[in-house]
Amino acid sequence: MPDVKQQLTAARCRDDFPILNRHVHGKPLVYLDNAASSQMPLQVMEAYRDYHSRYHANVHRGVHQLSQQATDAMEAGRESLRRLINAADAKEVIFTSGTTDAINLVMQSWGRTQVAPGDEIILSTMEHHSNIVPWRMLCDEKKAVLKVIPVTDDGELDLEAYESLLSPRTRLVSIVHVSNTLGTVNPVKQITRMAHARGVPVLVDGAQAVSHMPVDVQDLGCDFYAASGHKMFGPTGIGLLYGKKEHLEKMPPWRGGGDMILSVSFDEILYNELPYKFEAGTPHIAGAIGMGKAAEYLMTLGYEEIQKQEKDLLDYATQQLTAVDGVRIIGTAREKSAVVSFVVDGIHPHDIGTILDFEGVAVRTGHHCTQPLMERYGLTATTRASMAVYNRREEIDLLVHALREAIKVFR
Amino acid sequence: MMDSKTSEIYKQVVLDHNKTPRNYRILDPAMYEAAGHNPLCGDRYHVYLNVDDSGIITDITFSGDGCAISKASASMMTSMLKGKTVTEAEKMFHQFHEMAQGKRDPETDPGDLGRLKVFAGVRNLPARVKCATLSWHTFHAALKGEKKVTTE
Ligand SMILES: Cc1ncc(COP(=O)(O)O)c(C=O)c1O
Repeated sequence: MPDVKQQLTAARCRDDFPILNRHVHGKPLVYLDNAASSQMPLQVMEAYRDYHSRYHANVHRGVHQLSQQATDAMEAGRESLRRLINAADAKEVIFTSGTTDAINLVMQSWGRTQVAPGDEIILSTMEHHSNIVPWRMLCDEKKAVLKVIPVTDDGELDLEAYESLLSPRTRLVSIVHVSNTLGTVNPVKQITRMAHARGVPVLVDGAQAVSHMPVDVQDLGCDFYAASGHKMFGPTGIGLLYGKKEHLEKMPPWRGGGDMILSVSFDEILYNELPYKFEAGTPHIAGAIGMGKAAEYLMTLGYEEIQKQEKDLLDYATQQLTAVDGVRIIGTAREKSAVVSFVVDGIHPHDIGTILDFEGVAVRTGHHCTQPLMERYGLTATTRASMAVYNRREEIDLLVHALREAIKVFR
Repeated sequence: MMDSKTSEIYKQVVLDHNKTPRNYRILDPAMYEAAGHNPLCGDRYHVYLNVDDSGIITDITFSGDGCAISKASASMMTSMLKGKTVTEAEKMFHQFHEMAQGKRDPETDPGDLGRLKVFAGVRNLPARVKCATLSWHTFHAALKGEKKVTTE
């Protein structure tokens, strides 16, 4: 058997993503919307297909062969994800429907039991709506208070302001690891250390991190970590919540049903152990298998390869876009992931998005579910190109070419 | 070279109305007024109008900002509706709406659309239909006395 590790490189991995060969409006697809959803490699599709064509059955409840195989594959997926984020125990990895669902789990289970009137929750200006809305809801219910870490002009968190927001009433810090709009990589290890110094737990929204950089939850020290399958080469409808066992064990279940119980009578329920306590009902089995496979794909490819390629793409895109007259990049933090948000003088991002689409270039335009951040920069929308390891410099050239065409139309 | 798909919607007249929008000012006093907002794009407009005793729109203006399609549409709408009766204007609203949704082909069934048929191309851009119709919905809401509309 040849060493798979030697075969899979950033240069070769593009072949694993068949969708990248399609055409859009008669032009070759240039897919630069990876922060919204990344594409799936054949290996993940194969795992998906395998489940459906060979052992599709429910998990954790059948004595028959198919059910056992499905259970094993799903638990193998959990183990792959545990390895990906280096959790101490696979029991600390809970399958959810995505990052949003994971944050809502913490809000409903941990938040509703731990947060009291007058307590404070710290977020930042650059949070995705999914890390704002649940906490706003909780604060409304509990008469608690949201505190917001400001963002600098470059798109970095103001850590001095953060320090001064930490108070005896702080109950939680919930912070994005990598901003989906700015690309900023936040110093979550330091943020966690500062919170822990005051006994405050930390949730990290890792939706944009896991497919781009090594994540070690034990090294970060965070209490919770959330991620989505569809942003890490896996399927939609699946995600994970990592939680330290000490928290998860104390937290009440948030959804009731099958699978999350040990025994049920009309008078008393005995809840199942971790992680099943938080996985009521039939899970997204195919999704869990696919997401596990995606984790293996990432580990086989290796973050060194990924980061080398993405850094090159980021630098190249930044340089090429900056050279276009009238383009201003939003988000110029020192530590950045391969995301470039920009505005163009006198042209609305939606018009740019439509014209780029005619040229086969897929980007995201709008507020990227970060309205408070947009407001911070006095904008309603940006155009965002977000890269993945399978993207190529030539695609950045096509983006820039299409952008110049768009500008010509409007000048 | 401009792609044919590009030129289908970003026609010269649309680009021109975007660059120098007509009736682009606050009307004060205004008998009718409403705010329109497309939360998806962040497009925000106000439409103001005055109507005389015989039901004729004596003045109609708009303010606000958004993409080229929404701004040009608002600009062309106000130029078309000035001097029309409320009944005629409402009829055009429905025809425009049908065209944007692909339910009326302005080539075979132009109705009163006239120059507005430059927006027919949005029927092939589902994500942009709301941009073209936002000012029309806002106009309609203003007449009905609703102060705010959103397209979601
Ligand atoms: C930073 C960030 N957090 C959370 C989410 C929400 O992820 P999902 O929609 O998969 O739940 C996203 C996705 O858009 C994101 O970019």
